[in-house]
Amino acid sequence: MNDKLVIGGHEFSSRFILGSGKFDLDLIHAAVEHAGAEIVTLALRRVNSFSGNILEHIPAGVTLLPNTSGARNAGEAVKIAKLAREAGCGEFIKIEVIHDSKYLLPDNYETARACEMLAKEGFIPMPYMYPDLYAARDMVNAGAAAIMPLAAPIGSNQGLATKQFIRILIEEIDLPIIVDAGIGKPSQACEAMEMGAAAIMANTAIATAGNIVEMAKAFRHAIIAGRTAYLAGTGRVLDRASASSPLTGFLQE
Amino acid sequence: MRCSMERIDHMQYLPDMEILEDSDIGERVVKAMQEYDCTRYTAADVKRAIAAEYLTPEDFGALLSPAAEPFLEQMARRATIETQKHFGNSVLLFTPLYISNYCENQCIYCGFNCQNKIKRAKLDEDGIRREMEAIAKTGMEEVLILTGESRKASNVEYIGRACNIAHEYFKNVGIEVYPMNTDEYAYLHECGADYVTVFQETYDSDRYEQLHLAGHKRVFPYRLNAQERALRGGMRGVAFAALLGLSDFRKDAFAVGTHAYLIQRRYPHAEISFSCPRLRPIINNDKINPKDVHERQLLQVMCAYRIFMPFAGLTISTRERAGFRDNVIGMCATKISAGVSTGIGSHTEEEDAGDSQFEISDGRTLDEVIAAIKNRGLQPVLNDYVYI
Repeated sequence: MNDKLVIGGHEFSSRFILGSGKFDLDLIHAAVEHAGAEIVTLALRRVNSFSGNILEHIPAGVTLLPNTSGARNAGEAVKIAKLAREAGCGEFIKIEVIHDSKYLLPDNYETARACEMLAKEGFIPMPYMYPDLYAARDMVNAGAAAIMPLAAPIGSNQGLATKQFIRILIEEIDLPIIVDAGIGKPSQACEAMEMGAAAIMANTAIATAGNIVEMAKAFRHAIIAGRTAYLAGTGRVLDRASASSPLTGFLQE
Repeated sequence: MRCSMERIDHMQYLPDMEILEDSDIGERVVKAMQEYDCTRYTAADVKRAIAAEYLTPEDFGALLSPAAEPFLEQMARRATIETQKHFGNSVLLFTPLYISNYCENQCIYCGFNCQNKIKRAKLDEDGIRREMEAIAKTGMEEVLILTGESRKASNVEYIGRACNIAHEYFKNVGIEVYPMNTDEYAYLHECGADYVTVFQETYDSDRYEQLHLAGHKRVFPYRLNAQERALRGGMRGVAFAALLGLSDFRKDAFAVGTHAYLIQRRYPHAEISFSCPRLRPIINNDKINPKDVHERQLLQVMCAYRIFMPFAGLTISTRERAGFRDNVIGMCATKISAGVSTGIGSHTEEEDAGDSQFEISDGRTLDEVIAAIKNRGLQPVLNDYVYI
């Protein structure tokens, strides 16, 4: 089966993306080897740490997705994206514009602006956003290559709290919808994939697991299961029982 | 060195001090603290607070109360969960660098008190550079620049120059200096500083007056509004603290949390962090101690901060012993200092050019602290920040 994830003209076989929150090298290796990650997010603000350049530790064949975390507005996001490109992180950029230190919710308005500015600069923008249909459309029009709605506030462990709104994005937006932030368990990743999400981004769920390697494997299986179910066509699971006698049986043909 | 004895009105701004006419955060903090009565909480209030998904200031009050003391273990567990959710395994590292110990204030608990006979010194630019180079060589990427509080000996331009130099050697530069006006914070931000720490010492203005006999620092409200001016000056983050042991520590901790809470609500982008210093012995007075704030109480305060504002940073000082520090990282503290000396010129000179502010308890090097962090299954992080 040729089921590729295509983002900005680039093809990926894996639908698991490692987020950047709790970043360390063991985690990267577990995610790549055992969760099959081909894309690894990296906060530029951590690039030069870890006694040396972290880019040297990224396994071959892995696409880096630098993010603009730390940016409080579109202008700052553009500056950080350019720094990332100069550091050798490539053209992909996950846009994160956050102006709230408590819930760390993305600022959709500034994110859409950043999307437009970065697309014009030749980047492949992947905006992290609050799942709002209008904002998602603005981001599509601004040149986004994928839309990355949050499932729940970062660190809340609430799973797919925004499920219905992500479902609308999946239906209405013709770009890959990558569910980001809030996925705490493989079952939630599976649920999102089953619904038609194109990929899952997770970090904390694996980083803080009792056994990183086993949890990475669990995510891999869950994502494959959800994707397979989606492709198999779960169809509409009716939420009400159907009447045993047809309601329209009285009609005279 | 000027060391005025003049007992000015501690509630009256001096002529050059900026007043934030449009903010009442300082007054609200003091009022909330005055109304806080730690004796009226019950075990039920504490249990409810520990179980609450999002805590109200009222819940925070319960966690700081004596009624919460028997629940310290449960608080520590909840705090650990929150720290892990918001910070994962990361523990940030930094080192403080004292560049001048001249001070014009008379704070009776502080080694830098201008009446205290200690060796005074101030690093010149070369000295600052040498010290910073030595620190940077250890691998440290974040520095906190400190001075005694003297606008004469260490004026804003001097601190700005230190920030410029720090910006060359470090990714992240914070300052812990005397409170200043918005435009001065904006200037230091331009020079490369992005975080401002101001300890209010105590939020009880009467006690504050008794402890701070003279100098600019005596002006209570000007210090109280420092964080707000820093944020208006463009700083990314601000840190709050009371020096526990000076006054009723529960009231002071309640004020610290309320202060941070109100600032975050008004400036939602601001990065917030807490420090939890306790009184320490100083040169010429080894009797100074944290009084009723024992480790148990200190941990209660730290866990209360963490559970109330789980997204906020929390720094653990070298005032505390290594065994305490190693156990609170990952539980409630998210940032730890290493390679610390509170004297002047200590990183490059055989002997300090200037004496220290207080005695430290944990003199471990960066490598030693990194090893201790890893030993606990946590991840040392030298930088998580980009200056824009």
